[in-house]
Amino acid sequence: MKAKFLIPLLLFIILVVFLAIGLNRDPHEVPSPLINKPAPAFDIAQLEQPNKNFSPASMKGQVWILNVWASWCVACREEHPVLVELANSQIAPVIGLDYKDKREQALAMLATQGNPYTLSAFDANGRVGIDYGVYGVPETYIIDKAGIIRFKHIGPINSQLLNQKIYPLVSELKKS
Amino acid sequence: MIPEFGHYALILALCIALIQGILPLIGAHQGRREWLMLARPAAQVVFLLLFIAFVSLAWSFYANDFSVLYVAEHSNSQMPLVYRLGAVWGGHEGSLLLWIFLLSIWTILVAQLSKALDEFMVARVIGVLGLVTSGLLLFVLTTSNPFARLLPAAQDGRSLNPLLQDPGLVFHPPMLYMGYVGFSVAFAFAIASLLSGRLDAAWARWSRPWTTAAWVFLTLGIALGSWWAYYELGWGGWWFWDPVENASFIPWLVGTALLHSLAVTEKRGGFKSWTVLLAITAFSLSLLGTFLVRSGVLTSVHAFATDPKRGIFILIFLSLVVGSSLALYAWRAPKSTMGGKFSLSSRETLILLGNVFLVVSAGSVLLGTLYPLLIDALHLGKISVGPPYFNSVFVPIMIPLLVLMGIGPWANWKNTDLLAIIKRLWIAGVIAIIAGIAIPLIMGEFTWLASIGFLLAFWVITSGCLQLIRQAKVGKPTRSFIGMQFAHLGIAVFVIGVTMVGAYQEEKDVRMLAGETVSVGGYQIQLEGVSSVPGPNYNAMRGTFLLSKNGASPTTLYPEKRSYFSSSMPMTEAAIDAGLTRDIYVSLGEELDDKSWAVRVYYKPFVDWIWGGCLLMALGGIFAISDKRYRMKLKRQAS
Amino acid sequence: MKSLFWILLTCVCFNTSFAKDAAPLADDPVIEQRLISISEEMRCLVCQNESLAGSRSELANDLRREIRTLIQEGKSDDQIRSFMVERYGDFVLYRPPVKPITWLLWIGPFVILIIGIAILLGYLRRRNQGIPSTTLSAADNQKIDALLNQDKRDGLND
Repeated sequence: MKAKFLIPLLLFIILVVFLAIGLNRDPHEVPSPLINKPAPAFDIAQLEQPNKNFSPASMKGQVWILNVWASWCVACREEHPVLVELANSQIAPVIGLDYKDKREQALAMLATQGNPYTLSAFDANGRVGIDYGVYGVPETYIIDKAGIIRFKHIGPINSQLLNQKIYPLVSELKKS
Repeated sequence: MIPEFGHYALILALCIALIQGILPLIGAHQGRREWLMLARPAAQVVFLLLFIAFVSLAWSFYANDFSVLYVAEHSNSQMPLVYRLGAVWGGHEGSLLLWIFLLSIWTILVAQLSKALDEFMVARVIGVLGLVTSGLLLFVLTTSNPFARLLPAAQDGRSLNPLLQDPGLVFHPPMLYMGYVGFSVAFAFAIASLLSGRLDAAWARWSRPWTTAAWVFLTLGIALGSWWAYYELGWGGWWFWDPVENASFIPWLVGTALLHSLAVTEKRGGFKSWTVLLAITAFSLSLLGTFLVRSGVLTSVHAFATDPKRGIFILIFLSLVVGSSLALYAWRAPKSTMGGKFSLSSRETLILLGNVFLVVSAGSVLLGTLYPLLIDALHLGKISVGPPYFNSVFVPIMIPLLVLMGIGPWANWKNTDLLAIIKRLWIAGVIAIIAGIAIPLIMGEFTWLASIGFLLAFWVITSGCLQLIRQAKVGKPTRSFIGMQFAHLGIAVFVIGVTMVGAYQEEKDVRMLAGETVSVGGYQIQLEGVSSVPGPNYNAMRGTFLLSKNGASPTTLYPEKRSYFSSSMPMTEAAIDAGLTRDIYVSLGEELDDKSWAVRVYYKPFVDWIWGGCLLMALGGIFAISDKRYRMKLKRQAS
Repeated sequence: MKSLFWILLTCVCFNTSFAKDAAPLADDPVIEQRLISISEEMRCLVCQNESLAGSRSELANDLRREIRTLIQEGKSDDQIRSFMVERYGDFVLYRPPVKPITWLLWIGPFVILIIGIAILLGYLRRRNQGIPSTTLSAADNQKIDALLNQDKRDGLND
């Protein structure tokens, strides 16, 4: 058997291997280019106290969690109990970024579902969201003491993610 | 009850298809005539059973049986009947059933029309087709059963995506699948000849008309899809290099190479193992396309609802079919005999060169389509490969191919004087250059890309005319020859359409109040008013626009913005005034705060030449199949 | 009086000689053109596979608004692309940037083409050396003539 006739088969096998690996990957999950970069600066009004502002600079020196949410977002309601659990663990402050929302409806949601956030910044026109590369609400970031983004999760978080990724990472970041 | 009949028919079909697949192949190997003879009757029974299954599913749609899950997911009692029936292949399960049903039609046609063929060959061909059918039936029955019940039954169905409630949906998938599935015949012939150990030119003679027929269907299927996207999606585009579009185009490119290669193998006995490899590859790419679209591995507008289990099954099926075929190829192909001798300057060489360009272009499109997956699998991040890449890579590879298209048909078999041919074609060269310079200037803007496009198109057209003139002096042209002329002309017409629209289309985005006019491409379009118009399963805002050219020959256009009851997404139904030399395309947007309407108008010169060119290509294929030598064969068979 | 008459006549003519031209949707068509050509090569991230220019989703509207602002600020095309990539990664570009991981993608097709033609030429040369030429005998030639004439009568030419 001449070797060159085996080439098509070999090429095909390589292709199948990549396709098989591809089946286990999610084409919609996009890694963020913001990991290990400084959290983009902003200075916008808060949700609950509109006359006060919030800026990530004020969180320097702490490990903290930023959660992008909205009252119109169905998946946010799903993850809300998990966020409350996270907030109750008191492992790190949870700051909300209320994305393209209406104030009354946002406050209503926090009133009925519980408020895991130390405070929420009110991003009315989504400009801050763009700077953070937000495209699929909810999104959750872990930011370290120096203000560098160390982790981003797109989509609702669940208990499994809390235990396997979030708690361990926050503990580790707090040590440094 | 009827869905259960359908389900039962599918199970029976699987059993018989396994018989059809396994016994004749073993029979041919061991010389057992009784098992050989099972091939045709088994294929006939499988066809009948699949027919029953298909009709049962269609009935469920007709009768609005929402206790069948698939019907509940894709139909709705308010949908017009024609779309309720079209919805049979509107989703994954039904479209697969259509795939398998069409495969049984090709199988039975081969069974009926191959009486003159060696019975060992027939048995092997039908056997291979039977194995493929069995694999797909197993897939359908285990992961994608269209007859699964929904109990308690839904009050009404979820309805078909409004985008699909359109004549395009009714014809595009069946045409496309006829093409995909048709390549299985060339595949089966190739495998049969490899199995027999006798890789001679006879199998090429037998495969050629079947392959041409499959190619015709695939050409029409792709053209329909493109045309449908153009008028349905509301933004006037006709090709997006979306993974699913590519999944149909790559087999088409390889299929075109196969067609040309088969000509050489049939006439000169050459390239036997290369042609076999192309036949295996064309069908493998059809299967790969099926995998890509349904596995969720790539992001596409077109993707069916995805399920990893389905993805794994298709991948295993794909690996078995293609892997074993390529292994068989590696084992048996080296034994094939060489064909006739030919010099470096001959028709054979030029066809092979054309094959190289076609296969490389197919490989490039495949590379671009799979590259994001490759990078992701290696954990190197996520990138996108879109139209800018494909256009940059595909167009340059096509340029030499178009030049070749003007030269190739002049070349003689075995040995030809290339210099003499090129000297003979000086007229074509001159006309091409004139066209390349004059047409852009006439259209008002000279760009190199447009110039090259027109140059190449007129090169091909003029060369074709010269060929016709030469042939007319010698005698009556065969249908085969006419077919080639139409097909090559079709490509030239297609290139003109693409170049014109790409370089010279005009677009305007305006806000209009009643009475206002917008001009584009020398035409004036005036809004008379927008009114509310109810439809069978939607409410529409319909605009009335008066189209005229300097006051002459007014036409009225009625673009709509529809809100379907079953969907929150509003749909744009563009209004198109189609013409031989241009389309005027009007798309109604949203109503703005000041009560004016956002309107988008396009002037698209020669855009219908894109699909006109495809029709010519298909016509060429049909002429080729109806060539005398095949009709004589059929006559002899009948007598 | 006469001049007033002419003035009025002119106004009437201007009002009735052609219907009002529709205003462009965008405030500045030149910026709009640039926006379209930049956003055509970008992906709408929330859609299955649509360009940022064509998509009507809310995020697409927001991002187009953002790009419009950047254009008005005088940013170059490259700067705008960097802006988007910094936030959304290479995934947002439909034209894959030329970097080491995409060299194979951009060079691949042309390399394959050159290899293909090289293999073709090499194969053809070797092939011709391997096949002996044959000539036909007179009897064979007569048989061929007879068959060709038969074909001509059947109308089979090629």
